[in-house]
Amino acid sequence: MNSLRSTLLRFRNLFHNSQLDRELHDELSSYLQFHIDDNLHSGMSPTEARRQALLSLGGLEQTKLRVRDQQILPWLDTLRRDAIFGHRQLVKNKIATLAAILSLALAIGACTSAFRLIDALLLRPLPISHPERLYSLGRLGTDFDGKPADFDGWAYPDFQLMRDAARGQATLIAISYTQRVDLTYKSDQDMEKANLQYVSGSMFAAFGLQPSLGRLLTPDDDTIPGAHPVAVISHDYWTGRFAQDPKVLGKSFRIGNDLFQIVGVSQSPFTGTEPGTMTDIFIPTMMHPSAVRKDSTWHRTLAIVPPGVAIEPLRSKLDSITRAFETERSKSWVNESPEEIAQQLKFTLHFNSASSGTSGFQQDNRSSLLALGVLVLLVLLIACANVANLMVAQTSSRAREMALRISIGAGRRHLLQLVLVESAILALLSSATGAIFAWWSAPFVVRMINPSDNPVRLALPADWHVLLFGVSLTVAITCLFGVIPALRASAVQPASALKGGTDGAKDPHSRRRLMYALIAAQVAFCCLVLFVGGLFVATFQHLSNQPTGFSTDRLLVLDIVSHDPVSPVTWLQLADQLRSVPGVERVSVANRALLDHWSNNNSVSVNGSAPSSTLGYFLHVSPGWLETMKIPLLHGRDFLPADTTPGAAIVNQTFAKAFFNGENPVGKSFDELFPYGERAHYQIVGVVRDARYRDIRENTLPTAYLPFLSAEAKPWWSADGATFLVRTTTAHPLALASTLRQAVPQAHPEFRVSRIRTQLEINQSQAIRERFLATLASFFSLVALLLAAVGLYGVLHYSVLQRRREIAIRLAVGAQAPSIARLVTLPIFATVATGAAAGVLAGLLSSRFLTELFYQVRPTDASMLLLPALAMAASAVVAAVPATVRAIRTDPAIILRSE
Amino acid sequence: MSPKKDVWQGTLALMVLKTLESLGPIHGYGIARRIEQTSGDLLSVNYGTLYPALLKLEQEGYISSEWGTSDNNRKARYYKLTRAGRKQLTREALEWTETTAILARFLSSKAQAS
Repeated sequence: MNSLRSTLLRFRNLFHNSQLDRELHDELSSYLQFHIDDNLHSGMSPTEARRQALLSLGGLEQTKLRVRDQQILPWLDTLRRDAIFGHRQLVKNKIATLAAILSLALAIGACTSAFRLIDALLLRPLPISHPERLYSLGRLGTDFDGKPADFDGWAYPDFQLMRDAARGQATLIAISYTQRVDLTYKSDQDMEKANLQYVSGSMFAAFGLQPSLGRLLTPDDDTIPGAHPVAVISHDYWTGRFAQDPKVLGKSFRIGNDLFQIVGVSQSPFTGTEPGTMTDIFIPTMMHPSAVRKDSTWHRTLAIVPPGVAIEPLRSKLDSITRAFETERSKSWVNESPEEIAQQLKFTLHFNSASSGTSGFQQDNRSSLLALGVLVLLVLLIACANVANLMVAQTSSRAREMALRISIGAGRRHLLQLVLVESAILALLSSATGAIFAWWSAPFVVRMINPSDNPVRLALPADWHVLLFGVSLTVAITCLFGVIPALRASAVQPASALKGGTDGAKDPHSRRRLMYALIAAQVAFCCLVLFVGGLFVATFQHLSNQPTGFSTDRLLVLDIVSHDPVSPVTWLQLADQLRSVPGVERVSVANRALLDHWSNNNSVSVNGSAPSSTLGYFLHVSPGWLETMKIPLLHGRDFLPADTTPGAAIVNQTFAKAFFNGENPVGKSFDELFPYGERAHYQIVGVVRDARYRDIRENTLPTAYLPFLSAEAKPWWSADGATFLVRTTTAHPLALASTLRQAVPQAHPEFRVSRIRTQLEINQSQAIRERFLATLASFFSLVALLLAAVGLYGVLHYSVLQRRREIAIRLAVGAQAPSIARLVTLPIFATVATGAAAGVLAGLLSSRFLTELFYQVRPTDASMLLLPALAMAASAVVAAVPATVRAIRTDPAIILRSE
Repeated sequence: MSPKKDVWQGTLALMVLKTLESLGPIHGYGIARRIEQTSGDLLSVNYGTLYPALLKLEQEGYISSEWGTSDNNRKARYYKLTRAGRKQLTREALEWTETTAILARFLSSKAQAS
């Protein structure tokens, strides 16, 4: 307590120098006076009294110094002086300082915002009572293509068995994937969207969450299917949608035909378990339409395992329960071959830590964010190397000052501190600028990974995590670019430096060697960034140039929903009505859009053969849909209004190849086999060119287009929604969006537009991650190249300056320009070549870890390897020109006379 | 003149506190003289050692100071004990008494053993 008080006082005294000095002087003279008085008393003469008093007082200046050391904090005082001096040094070289600060700030900002994203998405624990005890259950098995895959979806009846078996050891919770639903608090015309999760009634208590208002869901809310129309909303939604109105309790909303009542608001900041998506509304699992179905895996299973419970015995118990469940279920899969069934039963249940939550967004972006993080870290290293070179050059020009300081008694430690303080000021200024940049750029990057229709929302708080990261980054870079120049400065040899011969280093070439080593490292990092960036750009280009087999030109995709399920005929009537809207060229209907991350597949049987192991993919379309999508017909005909499902089918080339050995299948027939034994018989009436169905990265799937109309009363797909493909006459199809939004309910009051997208947007969303990586990677490649070029320029400039006498002598004795240019540039080009080779090699090694982010690019392609090397070489040449010109233009007379 | 000992580190603060307790508010020169007198002129206290100690005590809040005038009309800075200083004095004095007592016992027992 007292020492703290004293430290604070001494700290304050740092800023009251002159007043302290005055007081000290006054007190000193009063002390002296008393002493003289005493001496006079004891009978000395006035001069003798004064002399004796001064003698016994001791050295006046030493006393002042000792008192001063007690008045203030000496180390802080030197630090303050060093800071002032460092600041002056930095201001003296305004442009160099500004360039250093800006380049560092950009790199620090990029690193910090990458860290913010990685932290928010992957590291930050969920705001629940014991996030470290949370696990997500998954099944490791193989997908339909035989590739290993991890499934985290579960069927509720299976979950119930596991939950009961685990009771006493762990708490199992079912939480559905977040759905973006249409709901309304008033009429159909006021539909709005919200994120909804079906959760076990036990979830809130298990997570240790408290209500902000009302009550939370309990296990009693989750017992009978369809009997608990209650909802809890998140604090975030309560704030955003209701402005924290306490009257929200008791309000009800409608989803489809189901009415739910809000009973409570959960505590902030909990917004569900899926980073990237914030859940607005929680309703009990029992309200899910598939709550009792054994064949629908619609939720994740989370487990809270208390400390002391061994995971492995629990895992194997749950594994055998699920295996028994699936084996029992597989007995009804009459339309699948025994091999297929065996393959589906081949899985292992496993526990994944879910302390930071678990979401698809997390899985999709994990590796790309980490890759990005490494890229920006490399850019930071390049920037640090630049600043280190700058500082080395500057300390060399200050060698005489350093030598002087040593000669008059400064310790080497103090010189070290002097240069380090200067570095720290630079780092601090850059970090502050970088923080502003990061504050702006992290949300900007989130917007980039965003599909426009379902905004990703990531909590990005600037808390102690980020602060700690920022501070450690600042300290780390201060050391990175400060320590080497500081050590060099403090190692100055006063005698030789003051004589003016060399710059004071023991070995005159060692400084240049150090700068070249830094340049080589910089070039290597830069090539690595360029190489990886090039691969990302190539991946994106390959993906976006993938032929889709259909046209997106002026094509709008309308998802239209109806209050109650309606017959397909009514949908077709709506299409007729929309055709009369001005600006509309064509309207067709399908049950879904192509490439919309969706598929409907089943086994196929030709002429009563066994179920195929290759699956057929199906889409219900209206007559004229093929023409709207501009998918050309190769054989046969399009659907007629009389064609129905089951009945007629149009298949693509891949389908003909897979099931009819590539022969013209028109006139032949096949059966679509459903898992529980139902069959639908189709006769092929046409063959169309291949078009992409689900994913742009996979091979074209065997696709059969089926008529939109059903032969029976029961439609073949869920009939409360359909997708309308509208080709507009205007170049900007979205201009028609609001007109169509109004036209749909006018045509039929049951119908409402749920969302409008362009087909182009849907196609682009396939490569959203690649576009994000390509954009950021090319930006950082440019920055890296620019920084490396600036670094090269700086070092060349410095070395020409340092060797100006040598160059002048060479010129004076008749050396020609080319030989001077060679002299200046050869070592730097050798350095660049070494660095580039190292960088590309490192790139080749590291690309192995990134293969999942690449599409159709081989890192070993000559073009991929040459491009970064060429870009580097080109910028090296550009950077070398000014210094070389300067060297050649050296006037020997002037230089030699001045020395 | 016999050589005087310098005050050893750590004890000067205690002596200053004790002096202020017995004399009341007094200036720096007075403190130095008083300590020398009390020690029977065995110790010498000069400005260079006294003032850093006074400053430290003041920063720690054990003493306070203000400018005043002396009997013979000289301007001087007067120091006095604060409440915290009084407590500190009691505590330190006790500690010293204990320490010296232990040391005394230790030294005398050693003499018996040999």
